[in-house]
Amino acid sequence: MQLVRAFLLRLMTTAVTLIGVAVIVFFVIRVVPGNPIAMMLPPGATEADIARLTAQYGLDKSIPAQFLIWCQGVVQGDFGTSITSNQPVLSLVLGRLPATLELSIMALVIAVVLGGIIALTGTRNRGTKLEAALDVGNGMALSVPDFLWGLVLILLFGVLWPVFHISGRVTPSLDLPFSSNFYLFESLIRLRFDLWADIVSHMFMPALALAIPLAAIIGQLLKQSLKETMHLDYVTLARTKGYGENHVITREALPNAILPTLTLVGVQFTFLIGGTVIIERLFSYEGLGNMAIDAVINRDLPLIQGIVILFAAIFTAVNLVVDLSYALLNPRLRHG
Amino acid sequence: MVDKSGADGRSLIRRRAGLKLWLSGGWLATLALAAILAPWIAPQDPLAQDLFLGRLPPVWIQGAEPGFYLGTDSLGRDVLSRILYGARLALIVALVAGTVTCVIGASLGLLAGFLRGWVDVVISRAIDIWMAFPPVLFSILLIAVMGPGLQSIILAIVVIDWTRFARVVRAEAMAQGAMDYVASAQVAGRGRISTMLTEILPNVLPTIIALLTLEMGIAVIVEAILSFVNLSISTDDPTWGGMIAEGRTSIHQAWWVLIFPLITLFLTVLSFSQLGEGLKDRFDPVLR
Repeated sequence: MQLVRAFLLRLMTTAVTLIGVAVIVFFVIRVVPGNPIAMMLPPGATEADIARLTAQYGLDKSIPAQFLIWCQGVVQGDFGTSITSNQPVLSLVLGRLPATLELSIMALVIAVVLGGIIALTGTRNRGTKLEAALDVGNGMALSVPDFLWGLVLILLFGVLWPVFHISGRVTPSLDLPFSSNFYLFESLIRLRFDLWADIVSHMFMPALALAIPLAAIIGQLLKQSLKETMHLDYVTLARTKGYGENHVITREALPNAILPTLTLVGVQFTFLIGGTVIIERLFSYEGLGNMAIDAVINRDLPLIQGIVILFAAIFTAVNLVVDLSYALLNPRLRHG
Repeated sequence: MVDKSGADGRSLIRRRAGLKLWLSGGWLATLALAAILAPWIAPQDPLAQDLFLGRLPPVWIQGAEPGFYLGTDSLGRDVLSRILYGARLALIVALVAGTVTCVIGASLGLLAGFLRGWVDVVISRAIDIWMAFPPVLFSILLIAVMGPGLQSIILAIVVIDWTRFARVVRAEAMAQGAMDYVASAQVAGRGRISTMLTEILPNVLPTIIALLTLEMGIAVIVEAILSFVNLSISTDDPTWGGMIAEGRTSIHQAWWVLIFPLITLFLTVLSFSQLGEGLKDRFDPVLR
């Protein structure tokens, strides 16, 4: 019962956050100097043409009035029409969302695997030179952001030793039989491993760039909690029973050490998704972030608005899921 | 984690922190000096274009011209001179944006964490809303609204990053506020604000300083990202991010246009964060 009430309260704050984001973006982008309509018409357009189109996009009304109209549309699933492409914002944004989701999830998987390896290797080799070296590398990975790792990867594996693609999502000349925009997922389902390999080879560099800082955080925190767990009585008991060090670490210590890391991964995952904006730009990857930067440059107000709200919705949804799973996984919270 | 309980562990951390401080401080001091002296030490005019000197390699590679030590970009501009002049913008943004963000964010965090009540509710809710924005997109959006320029960059960083300070300082101030010494200061008849400034602030100051150096590194990155997407200052002026953007497009013809500003940026960001870590260890009362 207590859990349900906490959940409802949490849902309400989420709604307040999303409305706050919508209000802020809406007002911020409308202070933009320069009429976006005048920018999209050819140079010879008359004043009357500009006025007619401005009215068509509703930009002649006061900002609060525009916000109310926009809200009415959103309730009916209408996020407005993009000024540059003249298509519904919702379909444009949903068309790009799969690319960004696949990239983020691939990055998350890489980060968890890498971070896990770092933590387990470090714990297995406590007090050795290897652990010290891992710590130094971890510290570096932690203090340099994804944008710079992306550039380093471009130089290393795009130029110096060109094994991966460094721009785009898939080789443009390939014939794609896909019916959705989840290329990575669909190529697997259709058993087109040739396409799958091509897509992975495009996605691996940007995903790795996004994953490196998160892997370092996971590695650090998981190692720390593993070390704390290794001193507990039940781990010592497992040792005296004659289990080997590997068994003790992975079977006894790991399940108990993993919970704090899990919560952190959830919060950090939202930072990772935020990082896709510039990483997609850097690797010319056709996702939401790349589209967002173009929309800002072209002053496509309805599109900017839609993309920022979608990002905010993803962030708050991830946080909600994390809080919920924490409550479900943690026995102390469950029994309140 | 190195064992903190033993005396050996402590001295090891201290020694490592010392090395961190020296290396990172040394690089940043060198960079600051180079930025100040740029007009005198830069071998070329950073804006001078000469298409006949386009994409010259660094001096140790065949085909280089003397005087262009790290080569030139596609317009024949000297890479080394542009890095030196770019350091000016990067460091100004780091110092000004970092400091202003710190003062505003830390003040709000202190007020929320110590005064609690409705002040805390308002500030915490604002932090929640801010955390739901993708920061890079938000900064690009703000620059598009305010127009490119140094002031816009600094303002964008302040508007976006104050939450970094506010969140941490709020939590620390809350923890400190619950301690006995604060209660005794209150019993002694001190005012709320006076207690906050004389009792709480000195105790959270080490955290604030560590965060400040981290923030300076972040500011350098944000400036680089904004100039990478061509929204920083006027396109002619040398910026590291602008050089990186140019280097990214000509990467297969002239790798040096990308690699040298990248190394400089990498070392600078790493130094700021290591300086922050080193200072945190040094100030940590448990280690001292």
